[in-house]
Order: sequence, then structure tokens, then C-alpha cells
Amino acid sequence: MDDEIVISVNHVYKNFVLPHEKISSVKGLFTSLAKRRPSKTKETQRALQDINFQIKKGEFFGIVGRNGSGKSTMLKILAGIYQPTRGSVQTHGKLVPFIELGVGFNAELTGRENVFLNGALLGFSHSEIAAMYDGIVAFAELEKFMDQKLKNYSSGMQVRLAFSMATRADAEILLIDEVLAVGDADFQRKCFDYFRSLKKNKKTVVFVSHDMNAIREYCDRAVMIEANKMVAEGDPELVAMEYNKAFMHEDARNNKDATSKRWGDKTIHYTKVRVEPKVVKAQKTIKIITTAKATVDLDDPVFGFVIKNAAGQHILGTNSKIKHQKFEHVTSGQEFELSWELPHVFGDGKYYMDLAIHRDSGSRDADWWEDAASFTVYKDERTPYIISPDVTLTVKS
Amino acid sequence: MEVQKLIQRYRYSIILLKQLVKTDFKLRYQGSALGYVWSLLRPLLLFVILFLVFDKVFKQGDAIPHYPVYLLLGIVLWNYFGEVTSGSVGAIVGRGDLLRKINFPKYVIILSGSFSAFINLLLNFIVIAIFMIIGGVTVSWHALLIIPIIAELFVFSIAVAFFLSALYVKFRDISYIWEVIMQAAFYATPILYALSVVPVRYAKWLILSPMAQIIQDARYVLVTPQTQTIAHFHNSAWVWAAPFGVVAIITVVATTYFRNRSKFFAEEI
Repeated sequence: MDDEIVISVNHVYKNFVLPHEKISSVKGLFTSLAKRRPSKTKETQRALQDINFQIKKGEFFGIVGRNGSGKSTMLKILAGIYQPTRGSVQTHGKLVPFIELGVGFNAELTGRENVFLNGALLGFSHSEIAAMYDGIVAFAELEKFMDQKLKNYSSGMQVRLAFSMATRADAEILLIDEVLAVGDADFQRKCFDYFRSLKKNKKTVVFVSHDMNAIREYCDRAVMIEANKMVAEGDPELVAMEYNKAFMHEDARNNKDATSKRWGDKTIHYTKVRVEPKVVKAQKTIKIITTAKATVDLDDPVFGFVIKNAAGQHILGTNSKIKHQKFEHVTSGQEFELSWELPHVFGDGKYYMDLAIHRDSGSRDADWWEDAASFTVYKDERTPYIISPDVTLTVKS
Repeated sequence: MEVQKLIQRYRYSIILLKQLVKTDFKLRYQGSALGYVWSLLRPLLLFVILFLVFDKVFKQGDAIPHYPVYLLLGIVLWNYFGEVTSGSVGAIVGRGDLLRKINFPKYVIILSGSFSAFINLLLNFIVIAIFMIIGGVTVSWHALLIIPIIAELFVFSIAVAFFLSALYVKFRDISYIWEVIMQAAFYATPILYALSVVPVRYAKWLILSPMAQIIQDARYVLVTPQTQTIAHFHNSAWVWAAPFGVVAIITVVATTYFRNRSKFFAEEI
């Protein structure tokens, strides 16, 4: 990697002026002029404050941050779509001017026509596109559909075509905003292959994501933007850790305003839930301690839980019935403490759990509590897979 | 060498422009049975109606030789102006989805609309030529002057288009206001009537508008030298230059305004 700086972001500020009542009619302009009153209804929204970083040639550079943090605004400024309010951005080298897949796709045109239109937006002339047309279609696996209108494509087909176009973008600097969030496993594999090829070809890539695994795997360096400011810069490991920490803080706040969904007849319900430890590192086990209380006499309650990852996939779960624990008859006012202890098999990230109590042997919901608790995992050994239990490696020679 | 450089510099704009014009043409008549024929049929049908009303009912044609061609030429030129300007008002806002996602030279949007209309104009000139032959209009080498006149029309229309499209991003009333202005301007321009029927004290002002000057000059060089042009009303060369001055001023103001505003289109629409 050479040390030539290709993108230089110098103290960039971006404000959006949001008039509460936008003067978008000439009458509005005249009446507000006539009143000779400075319009106080304008509100300045600070989208970015003092953003400062450099990207070197051939670097894979990550921008992480939560929704609304300003990271997409930053990308749009890099692309030249927005102008910074203060500060400057210098880029050297041909920059791909788009930040999203399938820009300019028109549903009324055929797949073929869209390829040429989108190609023009990428800066390819008709003959250049014609030369790579077959390759684009083959990569998207849409040979039979190119003469159909785009409106008849499934969303998956559209994404495939768009992605196939994007991989052709002939630029020294690429801006990529969360493309991996879409498509099936096969498509994601193609995305990753493409990323690897970008890395191999020493392209400069600016990659915006909140998938920390992808950031760790591909990025050489990253910045984190939080509440419109830069809060971390440097090694992607450190930035990813910062990001997870920010999530934890957010969590502590979120717990107070219980936004989680909960339903059931509450004849018996959870009163407390606690996860130990809240931040899981090298521990061997995780404990979930719950207390529940019955408000009427009832029979056969079943207590259970399920743990989900950040993407909502159910990782594991069980209940008292599966564990052959019977409660038979419960009287009103009776309290239980249930402690679950499970092996720590989790990969890095955030996990949520749903708690449930069924009664009458599981036929009625007494209490169902979605996202009742959560915990965050980060440990030294990272794998990009769903679980990451302790695997020992012994080498003999 | 210089040309090579220019092409390189504006390569992206040229590629984009070609593709947008092509797409525009494809989409415009999609699903209509006659397709492109409508480009010719529309002005022709309008012409038939106006011809019946103004030649047969109001007897306008008696005073003007080759009145049908005279009328058609006026309509075609005016329609071009109307198509470019009215079409441009919402053009930038209409491409909002694109503007928010990709950085490209914004003037291409206006240029592409203008070129699409220009292709229509050229097709319409074929029809005019046919009418001229049928009507037995004698053409002299003067007819070549139509080229700079069309060039002036092209520049004037696109300048107005730049201004309106950029203004519309901030003030959405412009579309309604422009509609009214176009209506009024249609009657203030000698399209249906001969300028000779207007009292001179008004006519000498009307002829100063670029559209009146363009239409009258075009008729003068193509149809009949009896057409009253600016020279008919004014003696001073300075006054003759007035419509060109108006075009030049509007062009400078409009392009400057558009250029300054275009950076902020993405966040304002």
C-alpha cells in the first residue's frame, strides 16, 4: 500500500436547514417579506460536526455508526451529492459517483435498456456497455429475462442486475453503502467474492455498514460516527469495540422506557429478569435469572425462553417442560425464581431474549415478553459464524 | 487536440445526455399505437383546427400570402418553446430520486429535455417543408437564415428552462404561474394573427419580445417577405438588437443561477 492520500476530509460540518413551514410558494415568499420578520421558524439540524479523516490509496476504509448518526450523509458528501456546509473534501482519482445499487433503474424499461441507462450513469458509452453486456447478464443470471420490463422482475432479480452493473464500475475509489443487507446466501457469497477481488486489486473502498463482522473482516481502518461526531478512528477492531460499547450504553437507556412487546393474560407473569454477565467475555456460562409470580390459582405452567441474535435469528431456547420440570398446581401469590445456566457459545454481537410462560400445559399464553433482556458478547476469538463455542486446538509434531 | 480535450472533459455529460434522450423517446410513446407519428400528428391536428377557425371563419388568410404555412410555422416554433420550458419546470424535481443518489452534471437533465423537443422540432420542419412545396412557396437563399434563427430559439428556450427548473426547486408555485404566463404570451405573440392587424403603437412593443422576433423572422425568411419584422417598426440598429439582448441577459442570469443552485438540488428537493 502506498501512502498517497486519495480522500482528505477536512473539518467537515454539514447542517440541514429545516424550515418548519417551508416557503415553497411565491405567496409565502411575498407574505414573509411583507411581514419583514426574520423567519424564526427555521431549524438547523446538525448532521455532521468536525469530521476529519484521510484515506490512503488502496485502503479499505469503514464508516460505522448507528442509524441517524450521519454516516450516510458523510458518504453523500464524499460522493459529491451534498456539499459540506463548512470544511472541505478533496478526492484524487476517479470516484464512482453513486452510493446505492440500481440508480436510475426505470420499471418501464426492459432489463436490457436499463443496463444501458445504468451504464451511462456509471460513465460507460453505448459501445463499452455493448462489449460487456453478455458478461453482465451472465453474472446476474438473467439471460432469459433481459427483454422483459423491469417491473416484471422480482426484487431479487433487480438486485442481481444492479449488483452485476455495479461490479463493472471502473473507478479508483468506490463508495459502498450496506449492500450486503440484501439478497440470499448465494448472492451474499458473490458480494463477498467481489469484495475480495476489490481488495486484491488494491482499489480504494469506502464502506459504510453496521455489520461489525464485515468491518473487521475487510477494513484496514475505520471511523465511527456517533451523534454526528467522530468518536473513534483507527484499527477496525477498536472501532468495532467502540461500536458495541455504544450499543451497550444505549441499552441501559432503553431498558427504562420499555418498548418491548408483551402480551398474555398475566395470570402468572415475570416480575424480574437479569442476565449475568451483561457483557460476556471469556466466561464459560451465562446465567438468566428470572422471577415470576402467580395472581390466580392455576395448573401446569411452563416457563421458557429463546435467544435471538441481532438479525432476529433464533439461536437457542428451551422450556421447563423440555427440562422435565413439573409445576402441577400453583396457588395465587406464589413466587418462583428460575435460574437458567447455559454454555457460552455465542459469537460477537448483541443478543436479545424472549421470555414466556404458558399455562394449562402450554395451551394458553400467560405472559409472553419479547426482548425482555439482552446481553452483548465480545471476546478475543472471532469467527463470522452463528455460534462460536470454545474450540480447542492441539498441535502435535 | 483541443476538441479531444473537450470531449474528454465532457465525456460523462455526453454519454449521459445521449442515453437520457434515447430513454425519453422510448418512454414517451410507449404503449401508444402510432408512437412517433404523434410527434407529427399533434401539431398537424392543432394546425387544422386553428386553420379552420382563423382562415375560414375569421378570414385571416386573405391578408397574408401562404397563410397555412405561415400559421403552421408559428405554431411549430411556439410549441417547441412551450415544450422545452413547460417540460423543464418540474424536470429537476422529477429526477429527485436520481439526484439524491448520484452526483452527475445537473444541466444534463435540462439539455436532454431540450434535445428531445428539438428532435420533434426537426421532424415538424419536414412537415413544414412539405407544406411549402404544396403551397408553392418560393424559397431563396434567404431561407438558410432559418439556421441562426433556430439557434437563437434553442438558446432562449433552454435559458428559460434552466431558470424555471432551478426556481421550481424552491418555489413550487412556478408551475402554475408559468402556465398563465404561457397562455398570455401565446396571445401577445403574433402566432394566429398578423402583426399588421395590431395598432402600430402596440405592435412596435410586441415585436421586441424574443419569441415574436423569432417567429416573425422565421416567417420572413421562409414564407413571405411581407411578414412584418422588427425593421418594419424601428429604424435604429440598437433597437433591432434588443431581442438578442434580452436573450443574452436571460441566458447569463439563468445559467449563473442554475449553476449556483445546482449544488444544493439534492438536499432541497
